[in-house]
Amino acid sequence: MDNLRQLAAELSKLDDKLVKCMRCGTCQSVCPIFAETVKESDVARGKLALLSNLASEIIDDPQAVRERLDRCLLCGSCQDACPSGVKTLDIFMKAREISARYLGLNPVKKLIFRAMLCNPRAFNFALRAARPFQKLFMRAQQNAPRTAKVPLAKFAIGDRRLPVMPEASIHEKYGDLDVPAKPGKPKVLFFPGCMGDKVYTNVTEACIKIFKHFGVGVRIPGNLACCGIPALASGDAEGFKTMLAHDVDIIKKIDFDYIVTACSSCTETIGELWPKYASEMPEYSAAAKDIGKKAIDINAFIVDVLKVDTLPKEKLQKTSKITYHDSCHLLKSLGISSQPRKLVKANSDYEFVEMDEADKCCGCGGSFTLTHYDISRKIGQRKRDNIVKSGAKTVACGCPACMMQISNLLALNGDDVKVRHVAEIFAETLE
Amino acid sequence: MLPTKDFEKIVGRGNVLASVADRQTYAYDSAVLDPVTPALVVCPETSGQLGGVIALCYKHGLPMTVRGSGTNLSGGTVPDSTDSVVISTQKLNRILEINEADLYAVVEPGVVTAKFAGAVSQKNLFYPPDPGSQAVSTIGGNIAENAGGLRGLKYGVTKDYVMGLEFFDSKGDIVKSGSRTVKCVTGYNLSGLMVASEGTLGVISKAILKLIPPPKASKAMTAVFDDVQKAADAVAGIIAAHILPCTLEFMDNVTINMVEDDVKIGLPRDAQAMLLIEVDGHPAQVEDDAATVEAQLKKNGASGIFVARDAEEKNKIWEARRKALPALARRRPTIVLEDATVPRSKIPAMIGAINEIAAKYELLVGTFGHAGDGNLHPSILCDRRDKEEFSRVENAIDELFRRTIEMGGTLSGEHGIGTAKAKWLELETSKATTEYSRLVRRAVDPKGLFNPSKMAAI
Repeated sequence: MDNLRQLAAELSKLDDKLVKCMRCGTCQSVCPIFAETVKESDVARGKLALLSNLASEIIDDPQAVRERLDRCLLCGSCQDACPSGVKTLDIFMKAREISARYLGLNPVKKLIFRAMLCNPRAFNFALRAARPFQKLFMRAQQNAPRTAKVPLAKFAIGDRRLPVMPEASIHEKYGDLDVPAKPGKPKVLFFPGCMGDKVYTNVTEACIKIFKHFGVGVRIPGNLACCGIPALASGDAEGFKTMLAHDVDIIKKIDFDYIVTACSSCTETIGELWPKYASEMPEYSAAAKDIGKKAIDINAFIVDVLKVDTLPKEKLQKTSKITYHDSCHLLKSLGISSQPRKLVKANSDYEFVEMDEADKCCGCGGSFTLTHYDISRKIGQRKRDNIVKSGAKTVACGCPACMMQISNLLALNGDDVKVRHVAEIFAETLE
Repeated sequence: MLPTKDFEKIVGRGNVLASVADRQTYAYDSAVLDPVTPALVVCPETSGQLGGVIALCYKHGLPMTVRGSGTNLSGGTVPDSTDSVVISTQKLNRILEINEADLYAVVEPGVVTAKFAGAVSQKNLFYPPDPGSQAVSTIGGNIAENAGGLRGLKYGVTKDYVMGLEFFDSKGDIVKSGSRTVKCVTGYNLSGLMVASEGTLGVISKAILKLIPPPKASKAMTAVFDDVQKAADAVAGIIAAHILPCTLEFMDNVTINMVEDDVKIGLPRDAQAMLLIEVDGHPAQVEDDAATVEAQLKKNGASGIFVARDAEEKNKIWEARRKALPALARRRPTIVLEDATVPRSKIPAMIGAINEIAAKYELLVGTFGHAGDGNLHPSILCDRRDKEEFSRVENAIDELFRRTIEMGGTLSGEHGIGTAKAKWLELETSKATTEYSRLVRRAVDPKGLFNPSKMAAI
């Protein structure tokens, strides 16, 4: 009971943010989960009401509140649409952190965050050690989304189709990559993120190709840890801070103009959350702030910094249609939507078509898809239906997590549609 | 003992929410009132299930609060007591028919207004009622509250589009009224009785709605005034010239400044009033009407007139209006959004009264609203956690309603009475009126189960 008091006291610090909700319910019109379940506790208004009640001890079942709080993609649609400006993402992240502190962290997640993501050596070793067995467990499919079946892991991951893993990760291939800048060109530190280093290495390769083409200097340190967002989204602030400290220690020693990522979640984390959480860590505060200011997404970097003129060269025969999916963190957190479209249109091999609801979440939500696969899959199916309806044979994305989710849904439906990162599509246009 | 199992037999287990965490999320609506957690929440998916749920509530004498999206601003969807069963219509969300030949549509009550208007517009037809909450509000809720919106002056409100209804009585038996025909005098106009009945007389299960051809063209403009009286004279001038703009919106000085603070689109901060006007119809008529409106604005001393030349400029004008509520809402933790409505000619007197009341009770009040129909939204910005301040808010609202009624106005233009305004009902009408309302309620709901504490409480 004392514990509950403390939990309530911690939550009541959020009261000034919680009280801003005027219960208008506008969030119902944009929430991807609510669209599937039509249940008030799944939408921001319901969650905010429950948090207020927990803070004022009107409800004494924190576990029930937490379960409902976890049914959220953290996609930011509600925050984006909220008339009274409730900072739902701040509130939900903080509330997850507080409830993790009082109710404990899921042991599997704790193991992954603390033992693997905080510790790149252990993570990399585990992946390397597992690689010889990959062919044993994962059956690569000869399909357009390039996925693999994992029949033996059905008990853990259901019928999910996973990306085919590369032969070598970026850090294995390059070690510490250091390409000097041409005179007058900027120097970037490329933050590949876990997916860009270990899974979608093609995306990182495409970015390196783009940097080299434009004479941009690029550094990719070999021993970076995860940006930390998976831990923080699950309420593990301690794990998040460990990852932040590890990465900032490496990055602060390097001289660069921009820190570029091809994952909007990483950009958002480095730009917004590192400085915010480092403000409680005196030895990292200044460095994290400095790094955060330089964080930029690859699409914005190419279009807004390099000022690349991307008027398409006219080509009579466009081979196939391409569409674009707005990743939540890219659109709703970073406000980037025109740049990736410009880059996709620059590739004259494709005819660009908009899909319906391009700005609707794909349903991945990081570890949400692991813990709530049934809802995640339904939301993903809606995205898949819109992609297929558009007639596109390729869907471009700005975030590896979306790529994984969308590939899974397309593969499950047996669709002949490729999933590519915008950087890959743009890099194809460069000699 | 709650017959939870019996409800589950009717609607399925997943559609009965019994846990306290789930129930607490159906305890409120958008009105600034204390939440009341219901005993149970039931979400029928078919009309048959809806009838079964009502019959079961009747059998056990359980009070019912029917709820769409819960956007109500007068507390109509806040449960009456902790014994109440909330019946959510959100899963009854099918558009059953859009008839292009006979210009009507048939829908279930949980269809979201904007989705319905969008589907109608895909068929190149028009459903005009556009309440501010249309992105989430349901048609059932719109009918139960007789929701209005920006287009009221020219196109009317929800009641003008209800051709017929099917609804359940308190025993769960189906009642039919109205028709798919333009004319229908078969029996009492029970559909009319259901409109604005706020969940006290029956539960709507199906609605037949009128559709109209959409206007072919439109033109928008704004005008600013250094005096509210001049803006009101301009409104009167426009109407006297026999122009009915499809929208004729008003923002006061406080609202103009708060919108400008937020979006910085160059609104004149010293203006006392701003009108946002749109005329629509046949292209030639639109040109004529726009010219007449512009002449009236000039004649009545508008200090700045801006006519949108294209869709983008028009969108910018309405962006300013759309930002009014968010700009006000973000200023303080709580916004009490009223909808006291006066005859059009009384707008300057009403604005004067609002400003006096704001000064007297030391409150921050921004006013915007529908100048064309006298439906203003004085919005009191406060912090309801501050008991002293909130008691001043309550006193201010008391006085606001008293003054509204003195001017020949009405308590509510479009938000409804619910529990929030029930205490003033008799002041505007008469003792016999509330008595008559109670008699009607008792006759159709002998056990007093439909939203018993709302409007004329039984």
